[in-house]
Amino acid sequence: MSDVAARKAEIRALAEAARDKKAAYGPDLDLSAFNAAQDAESVESLEALDKQMKEVALSVGIESSEEGRAGTYFQVDRSPIYQRVTEMYGGKLEIMSTKDAVELYPELMYEQYYWRAVAPDKDKYTALVALQETEGYFIRVLPGQKIDKPIQACLFVSENNITQNVHNVIVMEEGSEATVITGCTIHPKVREGLHAGISEFYLGKGSKLTFTMIHNWAEDFDVRPRTAIVLDEDATYINNYVLMKPVKSIQSFPVAKCVGDRSRAVFNSIVYGLEDSTIDIGSESIMEGEGSRSEAIARTVSRDRSVVYSRGRLIGRTNDCKAHLDCRGMVQSAESTQWAIPDLASEGAPGAELSHEAAISPIAAEEIYYLMSRGVPKDEAVSMITRGFLDLEIPGLPAALRRQIDKALEETAKDSM
Amino acid sequence: MSVDSASPLLQVEGLHVSVGDREILRGVDLVIAEGETHVLLGPNGGGKTTLLNTIVGLPGYRVTAGRILFKGTDLAGLEIDERARLGIGVAFQRPPAVRGIKLKQLIQVAGGDSFDEAAMADVIGGLTLERMIDRDVNMGFSGGEMKRSEMAQLIAQAPDLTLFDEPESGVDLDNIAVVGGAMTRLLKAERVGKGTRSGLIVTHTGHILEYVNADIGHVLYNGRLACKGNPRDLIDEIGKHGYDKCVECAICQM
Ligand SMILES: Nc1ncnc2c1ncn2[C@@H]1O[C@H](COP(=O)(O)OP(=O)(O)OP(=O)(O)O)[C@@H](O)[C@H]1O
Ligand SMILES: [Mg+2]
Repeated sequence: MSDVAARKAEIRALAEAARDKKAAYGPDLDLSAFNAAQDAESVESLEALDKQMKEVALSVGIESSEEGRAGTYFQVDRSPIYQRVTEMYGGKLEIMSTKDAVELYPELMYEQYYWRAVAPDKDKYTALVALQETEGYFIRVLPGQKIDKPIQACLFVSENNITQNVHNVIVMEEGSEATVITGCTIHPKVREGLHAGISEFYLGKGSKLTFTMIHNWAEDFDVRPRTAIVLDEDATYINNYVLMKPVKSIQSFPVAKCVGDRSRAVFNSIVYGLEDSTIDIGSESIMEGEGSRSEAIARTVSRDRSVVYSRGRLIGRTNDCKAHLDCRGMVQSAESTQWAIPDLASEGAPGAELSHEAAISPIAAEEIYYLMSRGVPKDEAVSMITRGFLDLEIPGLPAALRRQIDKALEETAKDSM
Repeated sequence: MSVDSASPLLQVEGLHVSVGDREILRGVDLVIAEGETHVLLGPNGGGKTTLLNTIVGLPGYRVTAGRILFKGTDLAGLEIDERARLGIGVAFQRPPAVRGIKLKQLIQVAGGDSFDEAAMADVIGGLTLERMIDRDVNMGFSGGEMKRSEMAQLIAQAPDLTLFDEPESGVDLDNIAVVGGAMTRLLKAERVGKGTRSGLIVTHTGHILEYVNADIGHVLYNGRLACKGNPRDLIDEIGKHGYDKCVECAICQM
């Protein structure tokens, strides 16, 4: 048996054994309640999508005109329906489905990238993705290439009560730079369903990836991403996560492994808990490389009956490492619950410097009155302050992303009025 | 135009205000006509801020008797923002910091749609706010910066009546001139076809009056306006003999 075949069998066996393994965090889901996803038709251009789809895609940062984008990947249910690298970026990056990448580079994928950062037997959700042949995107930025426009990837669910299982792989070759916007959303007719997503990102020496994920689900939809990032020397990973709409439950806890010396991982999260959402988000940074750094900043607002967990874990395994957590929550409803759970560990690294700040507080009445005294109506004052609280000033955020996040915040402000 | 003949902009009549279960104001009467600037003096804890906040409409200041009319409208039951849109502005003694809201954004909001780029540039330049404009409002602002930020918002808002709560406190001499200049600009600006604007200035020292002209002074004492007269004379008298004596003295026109 070839190495690839042996590894395939191993992945399968691990996953089989983890079929019923509950996740460490978040409500447990009965996976038998969901149907398998069906095929969707490919399109020649994103402009061919129906108007409603284009609109919801836009709300998660996906431009159907592809204007200002270096490339696009669009998946509906289980099918990649569109993928393209814009002409001027030809030869600089590759975009394809992960399935195609596994066919094109079997040895490379199985040896280095596919199920190497996330374990197939982590829990029942990784097992689900491993056992049901899936797609997801593969993005590779070639050595030294600096992609100055965002690459966009949309994972779209169009049918009710299916599971969309995706496996995404991003490979940043040495010295490359890119920004990826991933927008995950559903057709307005979809009520319930499950999105389970494996994401494995590999950052080569001196590379930089800014990864922004905008989620937009529905009241009865469940979401279980499983993400790991591996950073080589001098690599920088910046993760921006935005959730502004109701969801039934989401549980996500990406892990950044700062293996290389002087590598750096940054997590910024903006979460708006609405209605009956159960939101359990966080991140873990493991610092193994000398001089590695990490920073995790979360801003969470909870309204209605939402339950929000904001976790953050920093693990120092080398003497020269430094990391900070900053989680601030604002509770805006008597029926909602928030947890801020910072978690620090120094493992055999007496020189590690790890710190955290966590706070949960109400919206300040005197701030509302202050704005009102300038003629701003109360509702508008509340949404301005909420927006301001959630508006993380993320240094170095590309203008296009800034606008995207602003737009999401603005829409939320409008909705809350 | 004689000040006395001008029509009243603000009329406070027999106002009693309680905070919690404590009565702070016990029958305040005050009339401010269009174009007039009044000064409010009085000991610490006497209720000056209470009077201003009650006019602004902050919750917690309970009117138990009397009323406040602005442009002839009874303010009872009007929200803070409604009063602001009627033409009442306030420079707070200690404005709160608001995380995530930039000073520029708040000036713009205060100015409304008609407040354009040129007007913004003018306000920023006039108050040398260039380095503060993109910072969160009042977040880590020094005393003087905070007052300049308040002035900028008010110039944008252009209220018909501005209430200034200790505009010179915590401000150095250079900045007093800047703040005073902004106040004069606010108070002297023409209201379209309506004469000039009005103000009520709370001060302990009167320093600000070197930069702003004021017509009438009042002393808030024991929950009432105990004394009325030329603002400078009142301040001199208080300086010499203290509040207790002042309210009995001859300068008072009441
Ligand atoms: N929100 C409040 N809660 C409790 N007490 C209050 C409140 N606001 C005002 N007071 C009390 O009312 C009284 C009047 O206070 P106010 O701030 O109006 O005085 P002031 O004349 O402005 O004083 P200063 O010159 O020190 O600014 C004080 O005893 C003060 O403690
Ligand atoms: Mg006061």
